[in-house]
Amino acid sequence: MPPRIALEAITKRYGSFVANDAVSLAVAPGEIHAVLGENGAGKSTLMKIICGTIRADAGQILWEGRRTSILNPGAARELGIGMVYQHFSLFETLTVVDNIALAHAGPFDRAALAARISGMGERYGLPVDPLRLVHHLSVGERQRVEILRCLLQNPKLLILDEPTSVLTPQAVGRLFGVLRVLAAEGCSILFISHKLEEIRELCHSATILRGGKVVGAVTPAEVSAADLARLMVGAAIAPVTRSAVATGGVRLALRGLSLPPTDAFGTALHDLQLQVRAGEVVGIAGVSGNGQAELLDALSGERTAAPGTVMLDATPIAHLDAGARRRRGLAFIPAERLGRGAVPAMSLRENTLLTAYRQDLVKRGFTRNAAIAAFARGIIDRFRVGCSGTEAMAASLSGGNLQKFVVGRECSLAPVVLMVSQPTWGVDVAAAGFLRQNLIDLSRRGAAVLILSDELEELLEVCDRIAVLFRGRLSAAMPRETLRIEQLGMLMAGLEAGAA
Amino acid sequence: MNQLIIPLLDGTLVAATPLIFAAIGELIVERSGVLNLGVEGMMLVGAAAAFGMALHGQSPAAAICVAMIAAALMASLFALLALGLAVNQYAAGLALTISGSGLASLIGRHFGARSGTTIARVHLQGLSDLPVVGKVLFGQDPLVYLALALAVMAWWFLNRTRPGLVLRAVGEAPEAARAIGYRVLRIRYLAILTGGAMAGLAGAYLSLAYTPLWVDDMTAGRGWIAQALVVFATWKPARVVLGAWLFGGVTVAQLFAQTFGLQIPPQFMSALPYLATIVVLVAISRNPQTLRLNTPLSLAQPFRPDH
Amino acid sequence: MIRLYLERRAVPSRVMGFVAPALAVLAMVLCAIPMLRLAGLAPLATLRVFFIEPLSSANGVSEWLLKANPLVLMGLGLMIGYRANVWNIGAEGMYTVGAICAAWMALRFADGVHHWLLAAMMLAGMLGGMLWAAIPAFLKTRLNTSEILVSLMLTYVAQLLLSWLVNGPMQDPQGLNYPQTALFSESATFSPLIAGMRLNASVFITLGAVPLAWLLLQRSFLGFQLKVSGAAPSAARYAGFAQGRLTWIALLIGGATAGLAGMFEAAGPLGQLSPVISPGYGFAAIIVAFIGRLRPVGVLLGGLLLSLLYLGGEAAQMSMNVPAAMSRSFQGLLLLCLLATDVLVDFRIRLRP
Repeated sequence: MPPRIALEAITKRYGSFVANDAVSLAVAPGEIHAVLGENGAGKSTLMKIICGTIRADAGQILWEGRRTSILNPGAARELGIGMVYQHFSLFETLTVVDNIALAHAGPFDRAALAARISGMGERYGLPVDPLRLVHHLSVGERQRVEILRCLLQNPKLLILDEPTSVLTPQAVGRLFGVLRVLAAEGCSILFISHKLEEIRELCHSATILRGGKVVGAVTPAEVSAADLARLMVGAAIAPVTRSAVATGGVRLALRGLSLPPTDAFGTALHDLQLQVRAGEVVGIAGVSGNGQAELLDALSGERTAAPGTVMLDATPIAHLDAGARRRRGLAFIPAERLGRGAVPAMSLRENTLLTAYRQDLVKRGFTRNAAIAAFARGIIDRFRVGCSGTEAMAASLSGGNLQKFVVGRECSLAPVVLMVSQPTWGVDVAAAGFLRQNLIDLSRRGAAVLILSDELEELLEVCDRIAVLFRGRLSAAMPRETLRIEQLGMLMAGLEAGAA
Repeated sequence: MNQLIIPLLDGTLVAATPLIFAAIGELIVERSGVLNLGVEGMMLVGAAAAFGMALHGQSPAAAICVAMIAAALMASLFALLALGLAVNQYAAGLALTISGSGLASLIGRHFGARSGTTIARVHLQGLSDLPVVGKVLFGQDPLVYLALALAVMAWWFLNRTRPGLVLRAVGEAPEAARAIGYRVLRIRYLAILTGGAMAGLAGAYLSLAYTPLWVDDMTAGRGWIAQALVVFATWKPARVVLGAWLFGGVTVAQLFAQTFGLQIPPQFMSALPYLATIVVLVAISRNPQTLRLNTPLSLAQPFRPDH
Repeated sequence: MIRLYLERRAVPSRVMGFVAPALAVLAMVLCAIPMLRLAGLAPLATLRVFFIEPLSSANGVSEWLLKANPLVLMGLGLMIGYRANVWNIGAEGMYTVGAICAAWMALRFADGVHHWLLAAMMLAGMLGGMLWAAIPAFLKTRLNTSEILVSLMLTYVAQLLLSWLVNGPMQDPQGLNYPQTALFSESATFSPLIAGMRLNASVFITLGAVPLAWLLLQRSFLGFQLKVSGAAPSAARYAGFAQGRLTWIALLIGGATAGLAGMFEAAGPLGQLSPVISPGYGFAAIIVAFIGRLRPVGVLLGGLLLSLLYLGGEAAQMSMNVPAAMSRSFQGLLLLCLLATDVLVDFRIRLRP
């Protein structure tokens, strides 16, 4: 029996950069096949080729044994290929029914479709109310809509791109149950991930990509996570060292911080209490959509709050804007590096000036370009930023290198308090390790560091204490040594069984 | 008082008609995620083309068709830039308005003070002779009714049909629409063509029915007012009609001043529609939430599909 | 079938930054030829009247520079706004109000010789333009209203205001009821640089504004903040740059330059106010800003180019009975061609394999 889908020597180039280099893999009917690789290895490009969003420059795709050209997303859909996107492709202002109707050819009958959605949701354990507007749904519920949208097409191949990054550990288990049922019914599944333990738990087989090439095809259950990691990265990864904590005074304090949401899509914050001391790293865990963006805006100063609710070294700062807070020694690294942490079309030298302007780089209103360039050069050297120089455009750097630059810039400001959101999102493993070590080292030099992340493994590796943010409420910050993943998972799910 | 009400209501409906055509057209375009600032230019070209046809003795229907085609061709030029090359939509639309204005003046340079065929009003047996409502409701020229019908059709299209749903989806998240298989650029192109044709229709109405004389720059900013109307209506067809009636009323308010002998300089009365536009824009924009919830999310952002 | 697509360059092409506008001019001329033929005009003869003849005399060059004056000045102000993503479309209105304020000053001190009057009029012009720009600035920063439509509506209002003033309060009592103000006194007008030509000293002020604009954008921290605010508003908020303040500054600069340009025209070639004091300079300045690729030197060159188009239009009107609107068509066509060729700066054309 021929494989459901087989890729033969698929190659895709962008200018001189080879995203996929003669990639071959095959998936049998009913097989759950992992595609493993770190950020930048070429997984997304490969999936876009299978889905018809882009076309390969060379190579063949065989569908059920026959050579096929997948010219556009519609053609992929007709073959029976469905994709659940990492950053969902849903329309927030439309209802669930309308979202699914858009992907569903056939007569435009909302009522009948709603009934089918409910039925299918029951059958696969993915309950969702068809008439709700998508922007009212939680992240987990939105993923269910994405999956149901695919299932209603009776797919023969289902692709899931990093599906577990938005789920609590309990929800991950439920998702795996659904996938096993689908595979048993004959559906082939491509599971894109960089989470080694999950791949070992769920997948029958795995293809490992590195630098655009296939470097291994294994049966995950037969190899260790360390083996997979080594194949993924190509070298042994140095673990992060976390020296003993010697904390000083409280640098950043939240005292009963409450904020209404800015729009109908947002989350309200309720009575947050937190203390971050000099010399320690505190982490806030939580699936995105539980108030992280609102909390960060309140901390960075892009939104002001009630007086006395945010304190810096016992000085109230809740009423101050971002510029004023920076003057007092606050530094902040946002999750979106391109467009927020750095201006894509500007050079690294200019991007240095974005937040480092108080480092004696502006005189009487004029910019001191030579001094700025020297400062930028310092960041590039200390943080090993791979680039063509201080005049390189921010958009031309890889994710890892740009993140190193942004983190390096903020650390170079010698801040009193540093707040980071998703420090290693989209960053390759080597750079991620380097960045995490630098954050720890910064705290040990006396700064108070606060990290928000949805990657539990990262927080457990780096932080001294961890709190959980759920629906705008913050748990107490518990010492790392006393914590286990299951406990964090339950807090992230709000201690409710069956919650999203 | 009767002498005043009828002309006022009548004038309001007539003045509102070109605004409805242009605004509904632009509403469709903006719902698909594209902002076309060239409405004023396309209206002028439509007006010139229609008037030219009328001067040569063609029927109003033929004149209107030519106007719509001419404006749609200009819209195609805009689409080439905004969709094909994904250039800055504000600049492309402005270029269209400036070109259209020049083109219309060129076409109209030989028109002089002549008049061609115009559009006759409808006369329905029995209904048109009713007092007050007779003339106002049942004695308009056919395009007044067409404008209202198009507004209803636009509402039905957007809310009750699949293609309308697809259009709204494209306007909100073109990447997602492409991911599920829709040809975003083709859909936007069709929307832009529709908007162009409607702007041409609006211009044709101005030069055939509203003021059957050729004046340079005869739209006098109505294209811009139509643009503001779309925002004021939060992209909903029904509110476009209400807004158009409001503006129509303001435009004919000059009647009042003269009749009551108010010593208001004519320039002030002429300025009322523009000032009113600013006021309604402020009113609708004040609450950032209202605007953000209703604005098509991808409005005016260039879209470059992966390949 | 050959299928072309656009591939983004790793770094924007500096060479294309200079070549693209030149290509646009060439494309405009090429497109103009069939269009002129369609309009029943001899293409090459018309183009010669447009581009060559105006510059063939000393007086022609003087007029060329004189017309370029307001275009460049307004273009610089708009350029700064556009770099900050502030879409000021109302320069025409700010120009008008600036001219009105300058005229008020001139008429107020019509008697006697005052050496300070011109300088005071310049100040009045700038303040007038800034006042007109303050309206969209206030509405945008406090009431979240788009500056595009507000500034545009205000150009119509300004025009009507001018019409009312020259027909009423500011009308020349000895003017036989023509809608115009009295001619400005000698203290209130710029004297010509060379006898017999209209070119006056205000061009030097505009010329001085070019390096000032460069300094602002390339060497000042304020200019940096404006550029960041335009390129990535989220980054500007992140960095703590006050968006409201930057919007005000961008609009006020646009208003001041436009108002000053209005004063230059009123106190220069016009010498008085009448219902029409601009052949659409405010809108042409938008094109000047774009064809200059939003760079000061580019705006200078763009202003000179569009001035040539205006002159050519006037010449064609006189010698070929072609309406002045012809130059507007060329302006629009030029902008369309520029938008197309500008793509080559960030992208290169590739054949689909």
